[in-house]
Amino acid sequence: MKNCEYQQIDPRALSASPLSAQNPAEKKVQRPRRKWEAFPGKNRFFCDGRLILARQNGVLPLTLGLIVVTSGLFFAFDCPFLVEHLTVCIPMIGGVLFLFVVASLLRTSFTDPGILPRATADEAADIERQIDTSGSSTYRPPPRTKEILINQQVVKLKYCFTCKMFRPPRTSHCSLCDNCVERFDHHCPWVGNCVGKRNYRYFYSFIISLSFLTSFIFGCVITHITLRSQAGKGIVQAIQESPARYPLYSLCFHTYLVASNLTTNEDIKGSWSGKRGAEESGNPYTYSNIITNCCVTLCGPMPPSLIDRRGFLPPDEAIPAAAASEMELPPFTPKSDANMCTQSTKDVLERMLHSSDFHGLCPSGNPKTSPLVQEVSSAPATAEPYLSSGCSRQLARQAVVDPCPLLSPVAFSKSNRRDSLHSINPAFRLASPSPTLSRSALVLGDGPDIGFIPQH
Amino acid sequence: MRQQAAVAAKVFIQRDYSNGTMCQFQTKFPSELETKIDKQQFEETIRTLNNLYTEAEKLGSQSFVEGCLACLTAYAVFLCMETHYEKVLKRISKYIQEQNDKIYAPRGLLLTDPIERGLRVIEVTIYEDRSFSR
Repeated sequence: MKNCEYQQIDPRALSASPLSAQNPAEKKVQRPRRKWEAFPGKNRFFCDGRLILARQNGVLPLTLGLIVVTSGLFFAFDCPFLVEHLTVCIPMIGGVLFLFVVASLLRTSFTDPGILPRATADEAADIERQIDTSGSSTYRPPPRTKEILINQQVVKLKYCFTCKMFRPPRTSHCSLCDNCVERFDHHCPWVGNCVGKRNYRYFYSFIISLSFLTSFIFGCVITHITLRSQAGKGIVQAIQESPARYPLYSLCFHTYLVASNLTTNEDIKGSWSGKRGAEESGNPYTYSNIITNCCVTLCGPMPPSLIDRRGFLPPDEAIPAAAASEMELPPFTPKSDANMCTQSTKDVLERMLHSSDFHGLCPSGNPKTSPLVQEVSSAPATAEPYLSSGCSRQLARQAVVDPCPLLSPVAFSKSNRRDSLHSINPAFRLASPSPTLSRSALVLGDGPDIGFIPQH
Repeated sequence: MRQQAAVAAKVFIQRDYSNGTMCQFQTKFPSELETKIDKQQFEETIRTLNNLYTEAEKLGSQSFVEGCLACLTAYAVFLCMETHYEKVLKRISKYIQEQNDKIYAPRGLLLTDPIERGLRVIEVTIYEDRSFSR
């Protein structure tokens, strides 16, 4: 009766088999997703995560178009004449410069500028716990800043409500891209990306090569005209002359920044020029030597990208990410400015109703981190500042259309306003119902393991 | 055979910015690890990591030559060459893995490579102490 003998059932085999039956079915449904597909910032990815661009890529096609058209006109009209009368080197030099300009431009546009990945849920909870324990419970909670000493100078670190971490020094949150960027310089609409730690050198080589190219074209055109001495070609000169000035202006400005180890952000805010307060403050990051500053900025070691775009998501995060991204789409779709204003008003009114100690949360209690709000409205602790700063954002956006964006405080002022709105009202903590937070609690939580309860 | 041990707590070693924006981590010994690991051992690990990051970011002749070469080739050289920083990061990963295998895992701890947290923190996971064995 051997064939009737029963073998003891292995419980592990039992528990394993239904899973193995499920797995092939699951695998058919879910292909492994890469991290860029669930990236929370406002960026676009190409070539399966190899290239990154801001979602609002501004006028990058226009920049490319201008460069190509101007160079094309040069090669088509000036080069044949100059090759005949001078030397064949002219189109060769022009060609090399043109390729260098385009390569630098594309490199600047498609490189990760130094985006800091957002804090995981555990990190955020840990920071929140530290803030709670260090702050006093008797008076209103202090604004979310932390002071540290860098080379014997006091630097204030701000808390980023979107990324849920204290921003490292020289890091700023770009509201257009919705990312914290290290060594944030500015968001350049001409290039369609932020300029930060990782792509500043490409940006600099772009403007330096563009200056050389436009000066070269300008010189060749002048030579052409001089040789031809015909009035009809004066129009070409006028066209060629105007683009040459702007790259040269921005080159001078950025050369100054590189030599003094500053970012556009810091220069415009006057962080180290001693404008704020009476105390003397120098730049704690400078090496006090122009050559060293230039070397460090342009020839320093190339830091890696921190966002690991092409890494794979763990399978348990893939589905929640899809659901969460659907959830978050409605709040983040581009709204009209009127809607944004109404929305911010509604938020404020809701907060007023729900927060008990609103009267203590005086926006003027945080002058340093929200200077723009103070400028906007001098009214004391009422809801007025919120409304006016929300509406002033509209006006600021209209004022954004600026012929010289490299020098305009577009990027930092937007992010500053956004953060000042958050930092004014400490009641707007992690506990407030923000879509960002609930999404991150879903996406980033390895919550079940440690019993971490997503805060609502 | 068993499922992975449950996570009891996570400790985060934050960045130390006292010398600027270079990647350095605080060497202060966290109180939660007092019962788990020797203070000297832990500080030695952090100090070695800090030294490795300093080496990665050092403005030496190698990085200077790399930077100049990259500039002259319109940065095309980065498409085929691994940067000095990336090479050091690989060494750091190997070091952390070694430390985990030899020192931290036997004590129920796990160090997470900071690059996986955007070089913001060193995450130390403390696992529950399961004293039974199979």
